[in-house]
Amino acid sequence: MNAPQANAAATRMTYREACKQALREALLSDSRVFLMGEDIGRYGGCYAVTKGLLEEFGEERIRDTPLSESAFVGAGVGAAMAGMRPIVEIMTVNFSLLALDQILNNAVTIPHMSGGQFAIPLVIRMATGGGRRVAAQHSRSLEGWYAHIPGLRVLTPATVEDARFMLKAALADPNPVIIFEHVMLYNMEGDLPPDVEEVDISQAKLRRAGRDISLITYGGSLFKTLQAAQELASEGIEAEVIDLRVLRPLDTKTIVNSVSRTRRCVIIDEGWRSGSISAEIGVRIAEEAFFELDAPIRRVCSREIPIPYAAHLEDACLPQMATIVAAARELVRPS
Amino acid sequence: MPALGADMEAGTLVEWLVKPGDRVKSGDVIAVVETQKGAIEVEIFQQGVVSNILVPVGERVPVGTVLAQIDGAPGAATPPPLETPVAAPKPAPQALAQAPPMPVLAAPSSRPKITPVARRRAAALSLDPALILRGTGVEGSIRLADVETYASGAKLARRPAKKGLDLSQMRQAIAAAMSRSKREIPHYYLTETVDLSAASTWIERYNAEKTPVERILPAVLFLKAAALALREQAQLNGAYENGVFVPSSSIHVGWAISLRGGGLIAPAIRDTDGKSLAELMAAMRDLVERARRGNLRSSELTSPTVTITSVGDRGAESVTGIIYPPQVAIIGFGRVVTRPWVVDGRIETRPLVTVSLAADHRVTDGHIGGLYLGAVGRLLQEPDKL
Amino acid sequence: MTEAEIRALILELIGEIAPEADLGSAQDQDDLREIFDLDSMDFANLVVALHDRLGVNIPEVHYNQLFKLESAIAFLRNAIVQ
Repeated sequence: MNAPQANAAATRMTYREACKQALREALLSDSRVFLMGEDIGRYGGCYAVTKGLLEEFGEERIRDTPLSESAFVGAGVGAAMAGMRPIVEIMTVNFSLLALDQILNNAVTIPHMSGGQFAIPLVIRMATGGGRRVAAQHSRSLEGWYAHIPGLRVLTPATVEDARFMLKAALADPNPVIIFEHVMLYNMEGDLPPDVEEVDISQAKLRRAGRDISLITYGGSLFKTLQAAQELASEGIEAEVIDLRVLRPLDTKTIVNSVSRTRRCVIIDEGWRSGSISAEIGVRIAEEAFFELDAPIRRVCSREIPIPYAAHLEDACLPQMATIVAAARELVRPS
Repeated sequence: MPALGADMEAGTLVEWLVKPGDRVKSGDVIAVVETQKGAIEVEIFQQGVVSNILVPVGERVPVGTVLAQIDGAPGAATPPPLETPVAAPKPAPQALAQAPPMPVLAAPSSRPKITPVARRRAAALSLDPALILRGTGVEGSIRLADVETYASGAKLARRPAKKGLDLSQMRQAIAAAMSRSKREIPHYYLTETVDLSAASTWIERYNAEKTPVERILPAVLFLKAAALALREQAQLNGAYENGVFVPSSSIHVGWAISLRGGGLIAPAIRDTDGKSLAELMAAMRDLVERARRGNLRSSELTSPTVTITSVGDRGAESVTGIIYPPQVAIIGFGRVVTRPWVVDGRIETRPLVTVSLAADHRVTDGHIGGLYLGAVGRLLQEPDKL
Repeated sequence: MTEAEIRALILELIGEIAPEADLGSAQDQDDLREIFDLDSMDFANLVVALHDRLGVNIPEVHYNQLFKLESAIAFLRNAIVQ
């Protein structure tokens, strides 16, 4: 059996592998931890994240559930209340709608309504986002909806390092935590720095420093945004890229610091614009950095339509590097 | 928007000194306009109540654009200085043709579009953002870089003057006007040498009894003589436009003033021929001071009916000028020199001045010009009558 | 008033007439009208200013004494004493 690789030299692995290693580490280090979800055991997980774990940890700890999100998320709530540390996998955020009542009315509210008598240290993992040509019911990004709810912590790891280590911090949090894994990130390869053993789950991170404009994003849009920053650099525009990492609570301080320096920003959010997390970020910038702005706030979001099935239409709907570059360029060098 | 020079095509409204509801009377200064010749105060020549401000601060509009509306007794007070048909209703035809269509009527927002940080920076620099005409930001907004650019430009233009008397702009304006004049006006030139001994003696005696501030310069005598002589030769005093010469019933001499560092401006001394020598000296002193400060009024620039230039005591022996359209003459006085002169068959030294006339040959010819210069010379022989 | 004070005053008044002038560059024998580009109106205004500040009424015949710094200072010093 392989021990978790935390201390080796910089290791290259996929985001998927990082998620799996995080789960293994959790299962190995705390006997209260167990996994629940559709097809996570025998099938190895819809996205192959949990492949091999059933063989390693057995049926008691890797539990295949019926096709009923409300039931197994509710069961997770109950298990957490009883002192376990369940990690519930909802196959995609699209299906989580069926468990919204369990999440909002139970997981988030019971600690409050019980006057703190019950903690719900529940961790829910969900795949999210589009780009896989799986059409309207399977391609949404609803992280913004969850970021609206007080009592929830919402994490959006976009790097291999965050995928590897955010889970540990989430399990240590006594409150419900949702971790969003963008479907297009699973195959992405990245380096785990050798000396990192943990990460925080409260701060945004500067992924690229720049002086002309701040590009603020999270999750599956990060790599497109970094590519856009490189493209802009070839035009002489230095873009700063902020990876939000945590959508609730939002690290307003890092955002405001950045925009106060660059004085321009584009927010990239794969959700639909209206009432999205990008709207929340934009208003916070207007509230706290208004007098620093030298240009209007702009957003690049998904077009406000059900996510298309046809490849070229889906591509046209989601944020892409080209649209991010164009939006940034227009603010720095208005035509 | 008045035409404050024959070549002026557009101007920028930089300040309103009245608002709707204010009562105004003839002679009130109601706005400040920025032209290539600097900031000029615009006067109103009617009485009434301001009803509408149509052009907001910061907007650049072609000559002839209605700036504001006044309700009240039309033409009740002194009519505008229309002796020269240069005033607003009839701008040079090319100005209207070339100017792009301007939003003359009040736009929904008269505030400049400016980003928050740029506005803050402008405030810190005590700059009115309305003066920054060029915005390179999104939707033409003024952004931080534009404020910085304007501020550094304004620093260069800043003399003791107020709103940036830009000399390079002025030179451009002069160049344009003089080129046009030479192109379009067939000039003819005459000179006359005038014995100034009577005038010199008279000035000496006059000044000896006066305190420094009351003393007059020889140029005052030149000015008065030249103005009075125009009463005899009215065809040199007026405006030529659209093929027609309209003589002026008043004589408002445009007095050429050179600005320190270069540049020339010729504001009017109204009713020059009716002023006493003391009044003329005071008027000249006042104009020189205000011209150098960039503080002239629009009527002073639109009303000259003729121009006189005098080089003073350190200039050339004679000066022959280029006519300022739509005027038809320009009279020049050179430096007073002491030269041998024939008096009663003997050679004596006398103080002399060379007077020149450049005139529009479409309106007068050498005969008239000669008579005029003769009159000037005659008048200068009897300084006590000036 | 000392010579230095008179010199400073003359230069100060010239500075008001010719703001761009490099006042420090004036030498005693320079013709002030030349180096500071003062025309007859400027000069007349300088005389007025000297009259206002010093109470000295400089007659026209003596204007030529003011053309050079050295002689101007000497003349004014003399005039003030009286």
